[in-house]
Amino acid sequence: MGKYILKRIGYILLSLYLIITATFVLMRLAPGSPFASERRIPPALEQQMNEAYGLNDPIHKQYIEYVVNAFTFDFGPSFKFVGQEVTDIIFRSFPYSLVLGLEAMFIALGIGVLLGVIAAIRHNKFSDYIAMVIAVLGISVPSFIMASILQYVFAIKLEMFSVARMESFADTILPAVALATTPLAFIARLMRSSMLDVLNSDYIKTAKSKGMSQRVVTYKHGLRNAMLPVISYMGPLIASILTGSFIIETIFGIPGLGSEFVTSITNRDYTVIMGTTVFFGILLLFSVLIVDLIYGLIDPRIKLTAKGGEK
Amino acid sequence: MKKILSVKNLSVSFDTYKAEVKAVRDVSFDLHEEETLAIVGESGSGKSVTAQSLMRLIPMPPGKFVGGSILFNGEDITQKSEKQMESIRGKEIGMIFQDPMTSLNPTMTIGKQIAEGLIKHHSMAKKEAYNRGVELLKLVGIPTPEKRINQYPHEFSGGMRQRAMIAIALACNPKILIADEPTTALDVTIQAQILDLMKELQKETGTAIILITHDLGVVANAAHRVAVMYGGKIVETGTVDEIFYNPRHPYTWGLLGSMPRLDNHDEELKAIPGSPPDLADPPKGCPFAARCPYAMKACGSHMPEYYELSSTQKTACWLLDERAPKVEPPEFANVGGSKVNG
Repeated sequence: MGKYILKRIGYILLSLYLIITATFVLMRLAPGSPFASERRIPPALEQQMNEAYGLNDPIHKQYIEYVVNAFTFDFGPSFKFVGQEVTDIIFRSFPYSLVLGLEAMFIALGIGVLLGVIAAIRHNKFSDYIAMVIAVLGISVPSFIMASILQYVFAIKLEMFSVARMESFADTILPAVALATTPLAFIARLMRSSMLDVLNSDYIKTAKSKGMSQRVVTYKHGLRNAMLPVISYMGPLIASILTGSFIIETIFGIPGLGSEFVTSITNRDYTVIMGTTVFFGILLLFSVLIVDLIYGLIDPRIKLTAKGGEK
Repeated sequence: MKKILSVKNLSVSFDTYKAEVKAVRDVSFDLHEEETLAIVGESGSGKSVTAQSLMRLIPMPPGKFVGGSILFNGEDITQKSEKQMESIRGKEIGMIFQDPMTSLNPTMTIGKQIAEGLIKHHSMAKKEAYNRGVELLKLVGIPTPEKRINQYPHEFSGGMRQRAMIAIALACNPKILIADEPTTALDVTIQAQILDLMKELQKETGTAIILITHDLGVVANAAHRVAVMYGGKIVETGTVDEIFYNPRHPYTWGLLGSMPRLDNHDEELKAIPGSPPDLADPPKGCPFAARCPYAMKACGSHMPEYYELSSTQKTACWLLDERAPKVEPPEFANVGGSKVNG
C-alpha cells in the first residue's frame, strides 16, 4: 500500500512536469504579452519591463527557470498586479473556491445518490419519474441559467439570500447549489442505473433468501456495490467542479481561484497562469489518487499494489 | 416419514406488456422429511419459478399467485405477509442458487454473509455467529476455515463458492433446502463433489432437499423422488427407480433419450424435435402434444388427468387411458439396465 502510494506520487510528479511544459509552450505560442494593452507603451519602456521580468533571456533559460520555480512552488510576482506574489493570490482566493467546491460536492453526492436510490427502488413508479425529470432538467439546464434562476427566485423575489456577496455561510448556498446541479443530476442517473443493476443481481436474491429485510437488502447489500460507478466518477467530478466554477464565481461575485485563473490567461500574466495551473494540477492529480484509494477500500476486488498498479 | 411441505394446485403467472405468462400451472407435490425431490425439465418449464415461489422470491408484481396453496408446517405460505416471510426465509427454508460466481455479495466477507442470517434468526452475538461460521465452513469442506472466513468471494474458486453458498443456506438448520441448479455452473468433477456434499449434509442434518435441475445424471445421483415438469405442469412424478426404469410419459422418454450414455458411443443423441409451448398462450390440452410422436386427437384439446401407476408414480398422459392404443417406450428411453452418465 505504502509502495503503491509512493509510485502514484511519482506518476503525479511526472504528470505535473508534462503539464508545466505544455502550459509553457502554449503560453508562449499564444500571441500577445503581459504588457500589451490598448494604450501602446513606449518601446523603450516595454524593453525595460521585459528585461526586468527576465523575458529577454533565451527561451530555454526561461523554461528551466519556470520548471524550477514550479517545483519549488515559488512563482515570483504577478506581471500585471504589481506587488502581488502569485502564491499570495492563490492562497487568498483558493479558500473561497474550496468551500464552494466542497459544499457543491456534498450537495451533489448526497442528493444525487438519494434521488438515484429512490428512483431505483420505486422503479417505474411516480417517484422514479419525478426523480428522473429532475435529473434531466439538471443535466440540460446550463449552470449559468440555473444560477440566474436561483438568484431571481431566492435572492430577489423571496429575499432569502443576497444576490452576490461573499461574507457569511448563507452567501455560499446559492452558488453551491448552482454549481452542484449538473453533477447532482448526473450522479442521480448513474446511481439509478447501477442500483437497478445491483437490485436485480443474484446476490441480492441470496440476501433475501437469508431472510434479510428489504431495508437491509437495499442498503447493506445493494448500496455499497451500486456506489462503485459513482465513486469512479468522483475523480473527474472534482476536476469539473473546481475548474468549472469560473462562471458561477463571476455571476455571484466570488473572488475565487477560478476567476483568477481565467483573468490571468486573458492578461497573459505568465507567472499567475503558471501558478494556478500547477496548483490545479496538484489538486486534480491528488483528488484522483484519493478517489482510487477510496475505491480500493470499498471494492475488495481491487488490490492496490505497487506492481501493475490496480489489479 | 412426515410430510413437511405440500404444494396444492399452485399457479403462478407474470404480467407482461404482451400477455399474462402462465409460468406454473396447477402444480401439486409433497415433500417429506429427509428426502430429496428432484424437479426436472428443460429451460422455461417452470421449475425455477416453482422453487422461488416456495420462498416467495418472485418479484410481485409482475409475478402473482393465481391459485393454489403452499402448506408449510400447516400454514399457507402464499398468504403470509412479507414480514412473516422474513422469519421463514433462511431459518426454515434455505436456498442455493445456480451461479456461485454471482450469488455471493462481492463486497462482503464470507464470514459476514454467513453470520448475517445467524444474527437475525438465532439472535446470536457477532462473535458467536462467526464461530459458528467457521464450523459451517469446516462442515462443507473448506480447508483453513479460520482464515477463509475473513476473505471475500473473489478469493474463492467456483467450487469453494458453492460450498460457501451451501454453508450460508444451511447456517440456521433449515427444514428444507432448495437447490436451484446447484451444479450447472460448475465443472464435472466439482459437480460430483458438491452433490456428495449435499447428500452427506442431508444425512447429518435431516434436511429435506428440493433439487431443481435439467441434468438427469444429477437426478440419478442425488434424488429419491422425481417430478418431471413441462410447460408449467408436472407431467410425471415417481421414485427415481420408477422414472428411470418404468417411465410412462413420452416427454420423460424424450428426456431420457436425449441424455448421453456411457455404453453407447455410436448412436446419436435423440433430441426432442420442436420447442416448448408459449406460456403466454398455453395449449388447451397436454402441453407436450405438439412435440409428442404419439399424440392423439384428445391430447390437443383435453389435459389428461393423472393416472396412478403405483402409490408413488403418477403420470398425466392419455396413452394410459384404456381407450388409447398400447404404446411401448422406445428403445432409447430404456436406460434401466445401463449406467447413467453423471
